[in-house]
Amino acid sequence: MNTTTKYAATALAAALGVTVLAGCGGSGGDASGSEGSEKTVTLVSHDSFNASDAVLKAFTKETGYKVKVLKSGDAGAALNQEILTKGSPRGDVFFGVDNTLLSRALDNGLFTPYEAEGLDRVASGAQLDSAEHRVTPVDTGDVCVNYDKKYFADKKLDPPQSFDDLLKPAYKNLLVTENAATSSPGLGFLLGTVAAYGETGFEDYWKKLKDNGVKVVDGWEQAYNEEFSGSAGGRKSKADRPLVVSYASSPPVEVLYAEPQPAEAPTGVATGTCFRQIEFAGLLNGAKNEAGGKALLDFLISKQFQEDMPLNMFVNPVAKDAELPELFTKFGATVDAPATVAPEKIAENREQWVQSWSSLVVK
Amino acid sequence: MLALDAATVRFGERTALDAVDLEVADHEIVCVLGPSGSGKSTLLRVVAGLQRLDGGRVLLDGADQAAVPVHRRGLGLMFQDHQLFPHRDAGANVAFGLRMHGVSRAERDRRADELLDLVGLPGAGRRAVAALSGGEQQRVALARALAPRPKLLMLDEPLGQLDRSLRERLVVELRTLFGRLGTTVLAVTHDQGEAFALADRVVVMRDGRIAQTGTPLEVWQRPASAFVARFLGFDNVVGATVTGTAADTVWGKVAVPDGSPGGRCELLVRPAGVRIGGPEDGLRCTVGARTFRGHHVAVTLRPDEGPDLEAECALRDAPDEGATVGVTFDVAETVVLPPAGPR
Amino acid sequence: MVLARREVATPPAGRGRGRKTGHGSVRGNAVRFGLMAVPVAFFGLFFAYPVVAIVGRGLRTDGVWQFGRIGQVLSRPDILDVLRFTTWQALASTALTLLIALPGAYVFARFDFPGKQLLRAVVTVPFVLPTVVVGTAFLAVLGRGGFLDELWGVRLDTSVWAILLAHVFFNYAVVVRTVGGLWSQLDPRQEEAARVLGAGRLAAWRRVTLPALAPAVAAAALMVFLFTFTSFGVVQILGGPAYSTLEVEIYRQTAQLLDLPTAAVLTLVQFAAVGGILAVHARTVRRRETALRLVDPAQTARPPRGAGQRALLGGVLLTVLLLIVVPLGVLVERSLDTSGGYGFGFYRALQSADASGSTFLVPPLEAIGNSLQYAAVATLIALVVGGLAAAALTRRAGPLVRGFDALLMLPLGVSAVTVGFGFLITLDEPPLDLRTSWILVPLAQALVGVPFVVRTMLPVLRAVDGRLREAAAVLGASPLRAWREVDLPLVRRALLVAAGFAFAVSLGEFGATVFIARPDNPTLPVAVARLLGRSGELNYGQAMALSTILMLVCAVSLLLLERIRTDRSGEF
Repeated sequence: MNTTTKYAATALAAALGVTVLAGCGGSGGDASGSEGSEKTVTLVSHDSFNASDAVLKAFTKETGYKVKVLKSGDAGAALNQEILTKGSPRGDVFFGVDNTLLSRALDNGLFTPYEAEGLDRVASGAQLDSAEHRVTPVDTGDVCVNYDKKYFADKKLDPPQSFDDLLKPAYKNLLVTENAATSSPGLGFLLGTVAAYGETGFEDYWKKLKDNGVKVVDGWEQAYNEEFSGSAGGRKSKADRPLVVSYASSPPVEVLYAEPQPAEAPTGVATGTCFRQIEFAGLLNGAKNEAGGKALLDFLISKQFQEDMPLNMFVNPVAKDAELPELFTKFGATVDAPATVAPEKIAENREQWVQSWSSLVVK
Repeated sequence: MLALDAATVRFGERTALDAVDLEVADHEIVCVLGPSGSGKSTLLRVVAGLQRLDGGRVLLDGADQAAVPVHRRGLGLMFQDHQLFPHRDAGANVAFGLRMHGVSRAERDRRADELLDLVGLPGAGRRAVAALSGGEQQRVALARALAPRPKLLMLDEPLGQLDRSLRERLVVELRTLFGRLGTTVLAVTHDQGEAFALADRVVVMRDGRIAQTGTPLEVWQRPASAFVARFLGFDNVVGATVTGTAADTVWGKVAVPDGSPGGRCELLVRPAGVRIGGPEDGLRCTVGARTFRGHHVAVTLRPDEGPDLEAECALRDAPDEGATVGVTFDVAETVVLPPAGPR
Repeated sequence: MVLARREVATPPAGRGRGRKTGHGSVRGNAVRFGLMAVPVAFFGLFFAYPVVAIVGRGLRTDGVWQFGRIGQVLSRPDILDVLRFTTWQALASTALTLLIALPGAYVFARFDFPGKQLLRAVVTVPFVLPTVVVGTAFLAVLGRGGFLDELWGVRLDTSVWAILLAHVFFNYAVVVRTVGGLWSQLDPRQEEAARVLGAGRLAAWRRVTLPALAPAVAAAALMVFLFTFTSFGVVQILGGPAYSTLEVEIYRQTAQLLDLPTAAVLTLVQFAAVGGILAVHARTVRRRETALRLVDPAQTARPPRGAGQRALLGGVLLTVLLLIVVPLGVLVERSLDTSGGYGFGFYRALQSADASGSTFLVPPLEAIGNSLQYAAVATLIALVVGGLAAAALTRRAGPLVRGFDALLMLPLGVSAVTVGFGFLITLDEPPLDLRTSWILVPLAQALVGVPFVVRTMLPVLRAVDGRLREAAAVLGASPLRAWREVDLPLVRRALLVAAGFAFAVSLGEFGATVFIARPDNPTLPVAVARLLGRSGELNYGQAMALSTILMLVCAVSLLLLERIRTDRSGEF
């Protein structure tokens, strides 16, 4: 073998070696498993989907179906990709359409109706398509204003509790929220104000909120990690906004991912500012493995999955018999009367609401 | 061995080779001589197959090479600037051709060493090409071209980049070496000294055509045209009309050898044939520049009429600048050339 | 080698070489088209077809093209605002980048100082880091509590200055590498010759160096303009909702609103703009390749002399420190700043299989493995496709081939979301139902990597003296063999440089990875984004730790590249 060939061979071997090594280290290998086979059921979801391996294995053991999970972008992008591939879907079940986007999914005829087994255990308030069962509710989550406990303790100030409170001069220049046009909590918060002040009153509310110094950033990451004084990132960057639009489950997460675990969550929830998001799953029209998809839908509302879910996705179960983990009961907030808006109404007015919100607050 | 039959190459408007006929016999060393742009490099590229012909044929041992790609012609070509492979050492450069021909490693190494010895670089096999001097690169390039025992070795300005003394020494070495190996050589150069020292036969080219072919002595003694004469460095050329054994020129009457054709012609007097005497002898000239050339002095003479003359004389005979002298011409150094044609 | 080629121009053969000497033959064309088949198929299948399909989906109803929509969309005031802002910020960013980076290019080209290689690698790190990572660090410098705030109470985080400065941060290396690379090879003796002929220092620079440099400056400016014109993450993270570029708008219209007609029009507008930029770029690059007397960079650099030069060096080093080192340093600092004081707690947390009793969002070490795997595959694809394209383009030829040259750069200017969504609707039929395959991610990354490979290898391949190939041919090497024996070894270093760049770029690539559906094998940038997407100190700390690892991997591969940098490569 001459020198050149040797070099070429070495380079090739090195490249392949890296690939193989990485394959061993990662889980890339199992991705190329056989597709469309009867034994695999494919779940398409957004980036936030997460489930314990043990629970997915239990499903395989129970039904014989292996679950392949495809994640594609945030909730909006994931749903839009499904709409684009309508009729020739990438998977069997789609999980992650919430009540703010539900109408778009249903109007596009994405799903095949299926009444999941055990639906009677699911809170009826979450069953927004109870007539046709095109989608099955899986979890709920509340978008709420979170506050930095330390800040309010230091200032000897009571944290706000309601939308009205946020307009008070005491809370001037304290709130940061997200762009309703691009961020899911941002939109949730906007819809919360629509629910609270009506389709005509919300604009007035936002005018006042703007006068009271609300700051708008593009996404949750910037709002929470950069601007909110109660987060780890915020503390490091000397953030100066003790109020942020986030989730009711954020305080328990702060506790979970802290070392050492504190006795009390560093943040609290303004329970009067919450908007409820309900996430659904559905059997995709044109699914290759319909039977598997149905089994998976059944499984998503099973007690086992529902109890596993909170610590993976930091959402609340919809099944009435599912017990919340201690973390949630101990550090989480109870939201008694979250705001809601009917999906059809959202679908109808969303663009227009966001547009007038943008011109009011962003420009 | 090699025959070119009306070989023609055009670059757009320009004709680089214009129906050139040329033959090279076995073991012959042929030098193509010409100024730059005369088509001599194109000639080599045509033979090597690096340049497509627009007309005519190239035959090697009688076989038309039109369909034979470069790498199957079995020729050697030494490039003007060597073109050694910079990423290989001297030995690997020499062995390259052998490797392409599937020669075994041991045999390759043996032959590479042998050739490096032959070109006077024993033990240089492991040396990096960049670390070699110009002369050494030259030798490696030669060894590389010789290694696969080409049936015809072509040299493009083989000694062009070297300094004078090295060039003079190498040219002798080369001729000896080729003679010993019996190599058939086709070389191109613009340096007539190099060509005459190296070649059995010289081919002078001009504007894509062959101006003269002959042994070095023939060409030297009897340049075929004023162009060839001037190219060889002879500038004492003047228009003349021959009648019997004398020619009428602006320099006056000049004796010509017996049997010279009569009528209009160009007359060449070699510098050695320009005799300088007292101002009363022959053509009156003023002495211009004097240039020392080692064993003799070249003197530029300015006649009252006609072009300048160059004379060669011994150091102590050289007249002072500005002096007025008389000039006579030696018939033995006088050559009658055909008249300047339309071209 | 380059020198040799430029110094000896054999009159007749030299003029004919490359244009006339057999390359124009039918056989030569066949070889070239053969070489181009793979790149053309690759770009046709994985770029042109998906992009055309998604644009077509937006502009066609019932099989009829609705070109009227273009006018409709382009007359909307909000869209016009976006267009205006996109162009304005790109122009401003480019000017600012040149202003700040040109002294740097000079210093890197002409001065010798300790740690130069390391610094050159460091300034390139931002270029290959994903914006999600960098946004945080940059905010820390410009925003509240940053040094500007501490010293003068100036906060730029909500102003357009944040965007502009971040663009400088990202593109500093483009100018230093493109302009500095050429500058270091310009023979200083030419300027000296002008001085001897009576030109003042400034006049000599203006009349000799500047004209020689101008094409490189133009090329760099166009690249910076291209990158800032299509800026996405920087504008989103640092600009906030008030600022939107074409790229951000395309993302919003496609991924969020699914308004495909509007997205299609915007894609076409961006396409036209980018195409125009690339056409101009291709012309300046070609002009740049015209004969310049180049010398070994090692000969031209010397230690700074005199107060003026030392001040210049100091100024450049300070700029680099404040603009690049400090933001990157903030990442490292935060990755070490645990609640219990400085330590490696977050790094240790990356290794523990189970944090605080809950399932990991992303097993971080697995993300590193995934990243390396994707990057390796993407690099391999980019090298094969880019290498073949470069080989085909080596031989200068007609406008068709030159157009192909520019075409290869187009993926740099097309939104990842456009390509990603295009994949969805085109690669859905067997045997090309790749929509659920992991290979889509490296394929998309390779689209970005190929231009780098081509741009790195092409100058080197073109600088290979054609007569070396001829020498090999005369010695009995067939064309293929000659390529293998001559070109390949000579471009090996460039190949390694290209590979390293493609690797680093793939490693930091975020857009395609996040828009393309894939089995759950998150890469480093995706893992960082997910960790940042959750509250909790451990998540934040681990995001910083992973970012630091990503940065280190990029820095190390770039430093290795510095060691093997070839004379003519380093276009980026």
